[in-house]
Amino acid sequence: MNPVNYLYLAALLFTIGAAGVLIRRNAIVIFMCVELMLNACNLAFVTFSRLHGNLDGQIIAFFTMVVAAAEVVVGLAIIVTIFRSRHSASVDDAGLLKL
Amino acid sequence: MSFPLLTLTAAVPAVGAVATAAVPAGRRTAAKWLALAVSLATLVLAAVQLVRFDPDAKGPFQLTESHAWIKDFGVRYELGVDGIAVVLIALAALLIPFIMLAGWHDADPQESGSSRWRPTQGFFALILMVEAMVVISFEATDVFLFYIFFEAMLIPMYFLIGGFGDRAGERTEGGAAAQRSYAAVKFLLYNLVGGLIMLAAVIGLYAVTADQLGTGTFSLQEIVQARAAGKLDLATTTERALFLGFFFAFAVKAPLWPLHTWLPNAMGEATAPVAVLITAVVDKVGTFAMLRFCLQLFPEASKWATPVIVVLSLISILYGALLAVGQRDIKRLVAYASISHFGFIVLGIFAMTSQGQSGATLYMVNHGISTAALMLVAGFLISRRGSRLIADYGGVQKVAPVLAGTFLVGGLATLSLPGLAPFVSEFLVLVGTFSRYPVAGAVATLGIVLAALYVLVLYQRTMTGPVKEEVRGMPDLRARELAVVAPLIALLLFLGIYPKPVTQILDPAVRHTMSQVHKADPKPDVNDVEAAK
Amino acid sequence: MENLIGLLVVAPLLGAAVLLCGGRRLDRGGPWIGTLFAAASLAIAAVLFAGLLGRDADDRTLDATAFSWVPVGGFRADVGFHLDQLSMTFVLLITGVGTLIHLYSVGYMAHDERRRRFFGYLNLFLAAMLLLVVADNYLLLYVGWEGVGLASYLLIGFWQHKPSAATAAKKAFIVNRVGDMGLSIAIMLMFTTFGTFAFGPVLERATEAGEGKLTAVGLMLLLAACGKSAQVPLQSWLGDAMEGPTPVSALIHAATMVTAGVYLITRSGAIFNAAPDAQTAVVTVGAVTLLFGAIVGCAKDDIKKALAGSTMSQIGYMILAAGLGPIGYVFAIMHLVTHGFFKAGLFLGAGSVMHGMNDEVDMRRYGGLRKYMPVTFVTFGLGYLAIIGFPGLSGFFSKDKIIEAAFAKGGTEGWILGGAALLGAAITAYYMTRVMLLTFFGEKRWQPDERGELPHPHESPRTMTIPMIVLAVGSVFAGGLFSINDVFLKWLEPVTGHAEGHSPVSALTVTAATMVVLVIGVAIAWAQYGRRPVPVTAPRGSLLTRAARRDLLQDDFNHVVLVRGGEHLTRSLVYVDHSLVDGVVNGTAASVGGLSGRMRKLQNGYARSYAVSMFGGAAVLIAATLLMRAV
Repeated sequence: MNPVNYLYLAALLFTIGAAGVLIRRNAIVIFMCVELMLNACNLAFVTFSRLHGNLDGQIIAFFTMVVAAAEVVVGLAIIVTIFRSRHSASVDDAGLLKL
Repeated sequence: MSFPLLTLTAAVPAVGAVATAAVPAGRRTAAKWLALAVSLATLVLAAVQLVRFDPDAKGPFQLTESHAWIKDFGVRYELGVDGIAVVLIALAALLIPFIMLAGWHDADPQESGSSRWRPTQGFFALILMVEAMVVISFEATDVFLFYIFFEAMLIPMYFLIGGFGDRAGERTEGGAAAQRSYAAVKFLLYNLVGGLIMLAAVIGLYAVTADQLGTGTFSLQEIVQARAAGKLDLATTTERALFLGFFFAFAVKAPLWPLHTWLPNAMGEATAPVAVLITAVVDKVGTFAMLRFCLQLFPEASKWATPVIVVLSLISILYGALLAVGQRDIKRLVAYASISHFGFIVLGIFAMTSQGQSGATLYMVNHGISTAALMLVAGFLISRRGSRLIADYGGVQKVAPVLAGTFLVGGLATLSLPGLAPFVSEFLVLVGTFSRYPVAGAVATLGIVLAALYVLVLYQRTMTGPVKEEVRGMPDLRARELAVVAPLIALLLFLGIYPKPVTQILDPAVRHTMSQVHKADPKPDVNDVEAAK
Repeated sequence: MENLIGLLVVAPLLGAAVLLCGGRRLDRGGPWIGTLFAAASLAIAAVLFAGLLGRDADDRTLDATAFSWVPVGGFRADVGFHLDQLSMTFVLLITGVGTLIHLYSVGYMAHDERRRRFFGYLNLFLAAMLLLVVADNYLLLYVGWEGVGLASYLLIGFWQHKPSAATAAKKAFIVNRVGDMGLSIAIMLMFTTFGTFAFGPVLERATEAGEGKLTAVGLMLLLAACGKSAQVPLQSWLGDAMEGPTPVSALIHAATMVTAGVYLITRSGAIFNAAPDAQTAVVTVGAVTLLFGAIVGCAKDDIKKALAGSTMSQIGYMILAAGLGPIGYVFAIMHLVTHGFFKAGLFLGAGSVMHGMNDEVDMRRYGGLRKYMPVTFVTFGLGYLAIIGFPGLSGFFSKDKIIEAAFAKGGTEGWILGGAALLGAAITAYYMTRVMLLTFFGEKRWQPDERGELPHPHESPRTMTIPMIVLAVGSVFAGGLFSINDVFLKWLEPVTGHAEGHSPVSALTVTAATMVVLVIGVAIAWAQYGRRPVPVTAPRGSLLTRAARRDLLQDDFNHVVLVRGGEHLTRSLVYVDHSLVDGVVNGTAASVGGLSGRMRKLQNGYARSYAVSMFGGAAVLIAATLLMRAV
C-alpha cells in the first residue's frame, strides 16, 4: 500500500481531533480529542520515518508518547479536581481568571 | 587602598534597612529605635566626610573609590565627592533622622493583633533604603552606576507613597482616600518615563565613547578628560540629543514645568514626612545631577539649551507660586511652593554665573531645611484635625501658639525672609541671573511677592481669626515634635546669618563647574572697585 | 567704640529672643525686661553720640566689619556697620522714641495677656530698624528693611483673633514686598554696574556709571521707598495698619519705620544727584502724596486713621524735600526728626484718649474731653500746634524750610511744588484743627459701647503720661534748638552735602504765606466743627468727601484690578494645571487604558476560542512559511 495514504489518514485524524477541541465543551472529550491529534502526529512521524528510511520519526514518536502520558496524568488530575469542586466538566464553567 | 568611607556611608543605611525589616512583628518600637540609630550613624559618617573633605584640594573629586564592575561594558564602581555632593549628602543624612522622628507614629498598625503584617518595620526600612540610594547617587561618578540607583530609588519611594498615606477619614479635596494609589502610580510612571529616556542617552553615550575611544566607558572623569584632550569629539547634534535625554529625566525629578504634576499629588497623598523625603531629599538628586552630569558632560549643549531652560524655570517660579495661591489643600500648597523654588534652583544653575550656581546649590540645602520645617509642622497640624483643607482651620494660634509660631517661622523661611537661610540663596540666584539676563532676573523677582502672598494667606486662614469649633482643644506641640522642629529652625537662623561654612565648601566645586562650561562672570560696568583702590 | 555699633543692634535682638523664647515664666516681668533692653540700646546710642561729638566735624564716622556674611565668587556681602551723622540722628530718634514707647506700652498693654510677646516684637522691631540705619551696604540694609516689615506685620496683626487685624497685617506685608522687590532689583543693578553694593564704593563712584543705569537704580529705590513710607501708589496699607495697638502706630507707623524711605533716598543721595529724571519722579511722588494724605486725613472719622493720613502727608513733605537734592536733604531729615516727636506724641495722645473711652475710635463720639484728660489735652495740643506749624514750635521751622526749598527748585517746577506744599500746609491746619475740635472741645457726644456702658474718661497712668510729656517737650523745642546757628545743618552737612537754593520768593514771603494759609485752614475748620454742633453719625458728604473716606478709591481700584484679577488668574491657572497640563498626561493614560479595555474583550475565558486563535495562528504561520518557500 502507498505509505502516503497513512499521511492522509493522519491528516484526517488530526482534523477530527482539532474540530473536537473547537466544538466540544466537555473537558474529557476535549482531552481525548487532544490525544487524537497527538496520535495523528505520531502516525505522521512514523510514516515519514518509513518514507525517509531513517529512525528519527520513530524516536520522536516515542518522545511524544512519554509527553502524552505525562500530560494525561496532570490533565486528568486537573479535570477530576475541577469536577469535584464545581460538579461540572464543562470548560466554559471554569472561567475564574476571566476579568 | 584607602578606607572606603563613601561606600560605608551608603552601606550603613542599606544594611540597616535590611536589619530593620527583619525585626520581629511584635517589636515595633525596637525597629524604630534601630532605624533611628542607623540614620544617626549615617549622619556621623556624613559628618566625617565633611571633615575629611578639603575644599581647597586640587582635582574635582575626593575620597574616590574605583573598582571594575562589569568589565565587558566598561561599567565601573566609581565613587567620589565634590563640594556640592558632600554638602548634599550631609543634608540628606541630617534630614532623615528628623523625618523618622516626625513620622514616629505614622506607620503604627491601625488595629493591634495583626501579627504577620509589619508596616512599621517596612516604613522605617524603606526610608533607610531611600537614604542609601540617595547617598550613593550623590557619590557615583560613573554614569551607569548613578543611573541604577537613580532609578532604583523609585521602588522604595513608590511603596512609601502608596503604602503609608494619610490616615483614613481625613478630609481631602476630592474626598476620596483612594487617590493615594493614583498618586503613587503617577509618581512611578513619570519618573520611569524620564528614566527610560535617560537610559537611552546613557547607552548612546556608551556607544559614542566605544566608537571613538576604542573601549566604551561610563566614567564621568574619563569622558571629561577625553573631551578636554580632544580625543572625544561629539557631533553637535549627538551632544544635544544626549543632553536632552539626561535633562529630561532630571527635569521630571526636579520637577520643572510642565513635568511637575506628579509632585502635588505625591506630596498631597503621602504622609508629611514622606512628602519631605520626596521634595527635600529625593528631588535634590535631579537638580544635583543637572550640575554634575548635564553641565560637565555636555557643556556646549547646555549653553545651547540655556534660553529655553531659563524660560521654563521662570514659568515654574511664577506658575508654581500662582497655583500655590489658588490651593485649598495645605500640603498641595507646599508642593506648588516647592515647584516655584525648584524653578529658582534650575534658574540659578543655568544662569551660568558663579553667584547663580552657588546660590542654586545653597538653595538646595536651604530649601531642604525650610520645606522640612514647614511641611512637618503642617503634618503635625493635619494629624491633629484630620483634615488637609485650609478652610477647616482658623484661630489655631490661640489654642496652640507654639505650633503657630513654628509654622510662621517655616513660612517666613519659605518666603525668603532675610535673616533666614533661604534668603541668601534666593538672592544669590537672583543676582546671578540678573547679571546675565536682566529681564529674567527682574521677572523672577516677582516670585518673592507671590511667595509672600501664598504663605501669609495660608497663615492668616489657618492660624488667625476666631477659633473654630473643631480646632478648640487642639494640643500644642509635644516634646517629640518640638525636638523635630526646633533644630531645623535653629539651623535656618544659623545659615541665614552665617552661611560661610557651607558656601566655602560649595564655592570651589562651583568654580570647577563654571570652568567646565567655559563661562566667566559678566564684568561690572564700572571697573573693578577693589582693583581701583 | 566701633564694637558698640554691633551691640546697639544685638541688645534689642537679645531682648526679643529672651521674650519670645522665654515662655510663660516671663509673662509678668516681660514688659519691663523689654523696656530695659530698649533703654540699654538708648544708653549705647548716647555713648556713641558722645563719642562722635568729641571728634572733628569731618571725622565723625565709625566703620566696623563684624564678619563676612556671604562670600561667593565675585560676590561679597559683609555684616558691616557704618555710623555717621545721618545714621546717628536716626539711631537717637529710634532708640529715644522707642524707649519712650516701650514705657508707654507698659501701661497701655497692662491688661493684655499676650503682652510678653508684644514687647518681644517691639524689641525685634528696634533691632531691625537699628540694623537698617547702621548697615554699611545695601544688602544688609535690605535685611533690616524686611526685618522691620516683619515686625510691623507681627504688630499690626497682634490682635490676631480679629480678622480685620490679620488682614491688615497681611496687606501691609504684601504691599511692602512690592516695594522690597524694587529694592532688591536696585541692589542687583548696583551689583552689575559697580560689582558691589557697599555704600562707600557705590556712592563714591556713582557718577562714573551711565545716567540711564542710575535713573533705573533711582526709580527702583523710589519704589522701595514708596512701599515702606506709604507713598502713592503703594500707600494703601498704612490706613489699615491702624488695626495694630496704638503704641505700634506711634512707633512704627508714625515716628520710625515709615520714614525709612526718606533715609534710603537721603543715603543714596549721590545716585539721585546724578539722575535728574529719578529726582523728578521723587518730588512728584512726594507732592502727590502730601496732598493725597492730607485730603484723606480730612475725611476720616477714626482718630487713628485721620492721623495716619496726616503721617502719609508729612512723609510726602520729607520725600519731596529729599527729591530736591542737596538743597533739601537736611530739611527732609530735620522734618523727619521733629515729625517723629510730634506725631508719636499725637498717636500716644490718641491712644490715651481711646484708653479712657473704652477703645472708641470714632471722633464723632468724643467731644469735650479737655476737662477729663488734662495731661493728654495739653500734650496733644502742643503736638497739634507743632504739626500745623505754629510759629516757634518744631513744625514751624522744619516745614517752612521745606516749602522754601520747594520754591527754590526754580522754574515752573518750583512754583508747582511750592504751591502744592503751601496747599498741603493749609489742609494740614484744617484736618488737625478738626481732630482737635472733635476730640477735646464741643459738647460730649459719648455713646455706650457694645456692653451698653457709657465711657468714663479718665487720665491715663503715669507710665503713659510721662512719655507723652517728654514727646510734647520735644515737639515744642526740637525745631527751635536745631535752628539755632543752624546746628542741625552743620551736623548733617558732611554726609548729605548742602546747597543754598535761589528762591524766586524771599524767605519772609514764604513764611508770611504759610501763616496766611495756616489761619485760613484753622478758620474753616472752626467754622465747620467749632461753631456748630457736630452730628454723631457722619453726614453723607460731598462726592470728594465720600471718595476721601474710601482712601480716594485706591483700595477699590486695587480690589477690582489686582485682587479680583489675581483671583481669576489663579483660578484659571488651577484649572489649566488640572485639565491641560495634567490632562495631556491623563489623556494619554486614558487612551492607552481604553485601547487595552477593548483588547481585553478578546480574552473571553472560553477555552475553545483560545484554541481557535491557536489554530488560526498556526495556520497563518504555516501559510506564511509556504509562501516564503514559494517566492
